[in-house]
Amino acid sequence: MAELPQRQTDIGPPHYEQFLPPVIKKNYGKWIYHEELGPGYMVHVAESGDRVWTVRVASPRLLSTDTIKEICDIADKHCDGYLRFTTRNNIEFMVDDESKVEPLMKELKEKGYMIGGIGSRISNVVHTQGWVHCHSAATDASGIVKALMDELHEYFTSKDLQARVRLAVACCVNMCGAVHCSDIAIVGVHKTPPRIEHERLRNLCEIPSTVASCPTSAISPDPQKKSVKIKLEKCMYCGNCYSVCPSMPIADPKNDGVAIVVGGKVSNMRSHPMFSKLAIPWLPNNPPRWPEVVDAVRKILDAYIADARKHERVGEWIERIGWEKFFKLTNLEFKLQHVDDFTFARETWRMAATFKW
Amino acid sequence: MGTKHKTPLLDDLEKGPFPSFVTEIKKAAEHSEYAQDLLGQLELSFKEKVTHWKHGGIVGVRGYGSGVIGRYSDVPEEFPGVAHFHTLRVNSPSGFFYSTKALREICEVWDKYGSGLTNMHGSTGDIILLGTKTENLEPVFAELSSRGWDLGGSGSAVRTPSCCVGQARCEWSNIDTMAITHDITHHYQDEMHRPAFPYKFKFKVAGCAIDCIASIARADMSIIGTWKGDIQIDQDEVKAYAAAGMDIQKEIVELCPTGCMSWDGSELKINNEDCNRCMHCIAKMAKALRPGPEKGATILLGSKAPIVTGALMSWVIVPFMKMEPPYEEFYDLVDRIWEWWDEYGKNRERIGELIERLGFPRFLKEVGIEPHPAMVKEPRRDPFFFWSEEDIEK
Repeated sequence: MAELPQRQTDIGPPHYEQFLPPVIKKNYGKWIYHEELGPGYMVHVAESGDRVWTVRVASPRLLSTDTIKEICDIADKHCDGYLRFTTRNNIEFMVDDESKVEPLMKELKEKGYMIGGIGSRISNVVHTQGWVHCHSAATDASGIVKALMDELHEYFTSKDLQARVRLAVACCVNMCGAVHCSDIAIVGVHKTPPRIEHERLRNLCEIPSTVASCPTSAISPDPQKKSVKIKLEKCMYCGNCYSVCPSMPIADPKNDGVAIVVGGKVSNMRSHPMFSKLAIPWLPNNPPRWPEVVDAVRKILDAYIADARKHERVGEWIERIGWEKFFKLTNLEFKLQHVDDFTFARETWRMAATFKW
Repeated sequence: MGTKHKTPLLDDLEKGPFPSFVTEIKKAAEHSEYAQDLLGQLELSFKEKVTHWKHGGIVGVRGYGSGVIGRYSDVPEEFPGVAHFHTLRVNSPSGFFYSTKALREICEVWDKYGSGLTNMHGSTGDIILLGTKTENLEPVFAELSSRGWDLGGSGSAVRTPSCCVGQARCEWSNIDTMAITHDITHHYQDEMHRPAFPYKFKFKVAGCAIDCIASIARADMSIIGTWKGDIQIDQDEVKAYAAAGMDIQKEIVELCPTGCMSWDGSELKINNEDCNRCMHCIAKMAKALRPGPEKGATILLGSKAPIVTGALMSWVIVPFMKMEPPYEEFYDLVDRIWEWWDEYGKNRERIGELIERLGFPRFLKEVGIEPHPAMVKEPRRDPFFFWSEEDIEK
């Protein structure tokens, strides 16, 4: 490895300025308005009169270097060698002249890229690693996203919704994708407690930190075995102990599955940011296409489309109609699991005599 | 090259209109044994409905405690190509803009030393280089850092800060999100690369309250651009929206959460004193309305995902701060907060959880922040509050 270049440390990321398309660099901080021109493209107008057209395409987030080189070819040909990614992992191509939009979109379509995701529709789905790369995944993430978006792609490419609907998938309750504030989100959940591998645990894990990791105090030391024990009835299957101690595996193929949560948002527009709340406590992992999950999301989305008002996000719609009506309109069963018995419980009980029949 | 595995379950996910991650792995598998065996192992997971990655493993590059996530297969005999499959987190540039030259360079290094698979980007905002062997970590780091790229954060450290597109291409951004993010990232290189905190600490910078970077949901410190002063109105453009078919009464005035607007068919009036700067009217009438003149940020603290006792969203700790270089007031605040967190935080306790455990009033007092009504939705409901020595008559 003698031919390796000299390593540098703590240099931080390169300065963003060198990566800005010239029209962006020139008009930085001087934009006055923008217009959505279609489901997948928009124009921003600067004080100088300059304009930048942006074309957005979907991405599976997991990209091969081959695909990255291909999008580089497209950006070299049409966009002076620059491109960007969005927070939701869409790819954005920018051009400084209207005449460049059509050839760019034509080539993107020919190469099979899916243009869309701007405005009141479904944008790319934020998601986590799942079985592709994670040790604590209770489900796969990329597989669910692919199955879901094959079903809902029209809401990315063409059809309008009342407002943007943000979808997200997290493969366990660690929620690396921060799905807890999404319009409709899917989260991998366990239904059974971890198993304790006593022989390994005594060599591998620190007992006090393992005990401390449990939010419901279900874990206590087992001095005889130099290990820990679990009060099974107190365990809520969060898997936090497994994060701290690898000898407490919690994956259970027969019982792992997903929950669906709805009504979250991060934007402050109109109403406060909202957490997503439980709509369906458990659906089975049924790869490769998770049909039960796709059906359930479709059902929730259809009820929203049928009943929500213009500009209303899923959470705002549900707040207006009430959760009792949400369960009625979506035809979802309200179960014991929907009633909170944890941190936020008090705030969620109905301390009023008013509700809808 | 290694073994070509049969993948009937994954093959099904190459069908359908949405871009397929399976196709991406297969493209890489044309030239990478890692990707070939990743396909094989992933097919096994799809068949058995369980992950086949072992728990953790400490690997890294010399002098750093973060930036690399160790990953080992639990079926390495079957899939030797992914026996080690470590991830490098490469610190992305602010705003996720790239030149094709830079992206190609990264691809070249990754094709030489890794799986040829990436995430653009990971949830926190790093360029994720997905899968390589332990012995390749130093070479990848040397190749990348010599070309000006550094690793991002992992473990109990500052995590790679990220931001919305900000002033680069958005008329609503009240602060220069990309400059602030770049500055924070460079300011805290040591805190990012050498984990020394009770747990992770994330910064995210949003230009306005629409919060395209989701800072309020997933950053320990959320910096959200805002303004003081009156919303700037172009009445002619308002009329143009009305003429183009927008029902201003219904879509703007009636959806204003504070009821501070009125429209008589020719003039839009805003009682700015009552405006809470939610961005609805501005976002729906981009040509007619613009944020007020005095720009700054609201600083919020504490958000995190549900693990373990429930999710938190960040809440206001500084209603308004000018965010201009060299950001002295900001860094002073961060350092005071970290000192308090270092003093009292338990292992794996986020700042939001610590404040919940010890109390928001105590945090304010000990960190030296004056209480302000903007910090709460409402005052407390119970009569159980503390006084200090100086409040007591002796």
